[in-house]
Amino acid sequence: MRSKLTPLLLLVAVVLLAAFPFVGEKFYIQLIAKVMIMAIFAMSLDLLVGYTGLVSLGHAAFFGLAGYVLAKAAPQYAAANLWTTLPLALGACAVFALLTGFLVLRTSGIYFIMVTLAFSQMLFFVFHDTPFGGGSDGIYIYAKPEIKIGATALLDLEDFKVLYWFILGLMTLVYLFLRQVLDSNFGRALIGIKTNEHRLRALGFSTFRYKLASYMLSGMLAGLAGYLAALQFGFVNPEILSWHVSGSVLMMVILGGMGSLHGAALGAFVFILLQETLSNQSWFGPIAKHWQLAMGIFIIAVALLLPHGLVGLGSTLGNRHKETGGHD
Amino acid sequence: MDFAFVLIQLLNGLQYGLLLFLVASGLTLVFGIMGIVNLAHGSFYMIGAYLAWSLAGMMDSFAAAILLGVPLTVILGMGLERLLFQHLYHRDHLYQVLLTYGLILVFEELRSVLWGDDVHGVSVPALLSGSIPLTDNLSYPIYRLVISGFCLLLAAALYGLIQKTRLGMMIRAGSSNREMAQALGINIKMLYTLVFALGVALAAFAGMIAAPVSSVYPNMGAQVLIICFVVVVIGGIGSVWGALLASVLIGMTDTFGKVLLPEYAGMSTYLLMVLVLLWRPEGLFKRG
Repeated sequence: MRSKLTPLLLLVAVVLLAAFPFVGEKFYIQLIAKVMIMAIFAMSLDLLVGYTGLVSLGHAAFFGLAGYVLAKAAPQYAAANLWTTLPLALGACAVFALLTGFLVLRTSGIYFIMVTLAFSQMLFFVFHDTPFGGGSDGIYIYAKPEIKIGATALLDLEDFKVLYWFILGLMTLVYLFLRQVLDSNFGRALIGIKTNEHRLRALGFSTFRYKLASYMLSGMLAGLAGYLAALQFGFVNPEILSWHVSGSVLMMVILGGMGSLHGAALGAFVFILLQETLSNQSWFGPIAKHWQLAMGIFIIAVALLLPHGLVGLGSTLGNRHKETGGHD
Repeated sequence: MDFAFVLIQLLNGLQYGLLLFLVASGLTLVFGIMGIVNLAHGSFYMIGAYLAWSLAGMMDSFAAAILLGVPLTVILGMGLERLLFQHLYHRDHLYQVLLTYGLILVFEELRSVLWGDDVHGVSVPALLSGSIPLTDNLSYPIYRLVISGFCLLLAAALYGLIQKTRLGMMIRAGSSNREMAQALGINIKMLYTLVFALGVALAAFAGMIAAPVSSVYPNMGAQVLIICFVVVVIGGIGSVWGALLASVLIGMTDTFGKVLLPEYAGMSTYLLMVLVLLWRPEGLFKRG
């Protein structure tokens, strides 16, 4: 699905995104920053869904867990240190992925979907019900974490433009990193597992370990997105662990076209911008309140009509007569 | 804890579990027979509850609301299967997730447009509103016993339908080998429509009879759906018997969890799932 033009187009996209704060208004800069965080989240899930063939409906668990780690680790009214809180958040996600991975990876197919959903729901209740989690009201993060070397601050994340570029930089790094991972032998093995796990096992691969590594990596990158989201909003509550978040990010991946990293990122852009447009009261007036209706119909239409998502739109139109997708 | 108190909790757990069974049995049948992941299954529970509330308000009778509501949901189920779900049988689970997630959004918004976002109560029918005294100051509401009774009756009917009737034989044949069943002259398309409608009606009926106990509120389907997933995981996909056992097990775990460890009760059902997964990754009753 990658053409020769793709790297060039992506480069243009990054340059345009980098230039945006010079022309855009504050509201839109913050909106695009949020979209880019969701793009990281969607790419992390694509590693699992699109490349390893494991459909997770519980990815919000990592997203929310990392956010909560930041909220709990930050001093109440002072800024947290990014060098300690970020590794802590990612470490927590890795541990959670390791613990749940042993259980969820014993299952596959429909079971995997349900069990991942159940685990994320369990974590939801941990933060919602226990005194440790702060209940349904959530926790505020009053100051953005500091990035310091010695006493000098490298970046001031309180500045919304700096934060925007920081997130853009991380999104680009995550993309390049995942590209490297997928082009390595490890990545090829993952794609092999998706295509035919039995054959990979017959070739002598310990597929469980590969799947666990993919699950952990995917969880940690989702944690990075969750950390950034909590940092940007300055607030966490149990809703960020809810299955609606897991569902939305899965929609982004499928919408963009799974098994294509930039497709997942594109899916995040389209999904959130569509959401913002449909719920815009000055454009749609009173019906904007019911934007989810239009969103739902749109998602159903994509499921029925676009088997390869938005990036596969061209090939879908070209192959209308062929039977597509689907096994078992 | 005295005996009467424990008895009340047992009855509550049983009632909650059996109600879950009605929703989960449809889910597991549709999974097992048609291979469809239906995230929107919880919405049918919600639709049932709202139908009971609005029809009971219109007709001034809870029983009439159910008698009219159930056929409506059967028609809804048949329509959805013909219109949308039949296109998904040969597609990856991913697209089933996508489509049914879209359906949830549509159903929730239609609910908001038609019935608003308020929480409503449905009153227990006068005939069943009494309670049975257990001790001097503890008693048990009759209506909850009636719920359990209805659910048990339906569970027995479902068992009879699948094991003893010609239709059940066709359902079992269709689930073990679709092509062969079709070659033998069974109308699989019709069968799938019926099974799907049956699942929708069961979930909606559960919502209807639960309405007087749990009240009627937005997003009430999502919670039930996730617990039903746990039921199916514990019971084993496609196994109605497994779903019954798992539902009651979860009903008891949840009820006693809330009494004994209220802060950790939300997690108790999931911990039960973890234990089952460690022991039997494919559920207690894997279909052969």
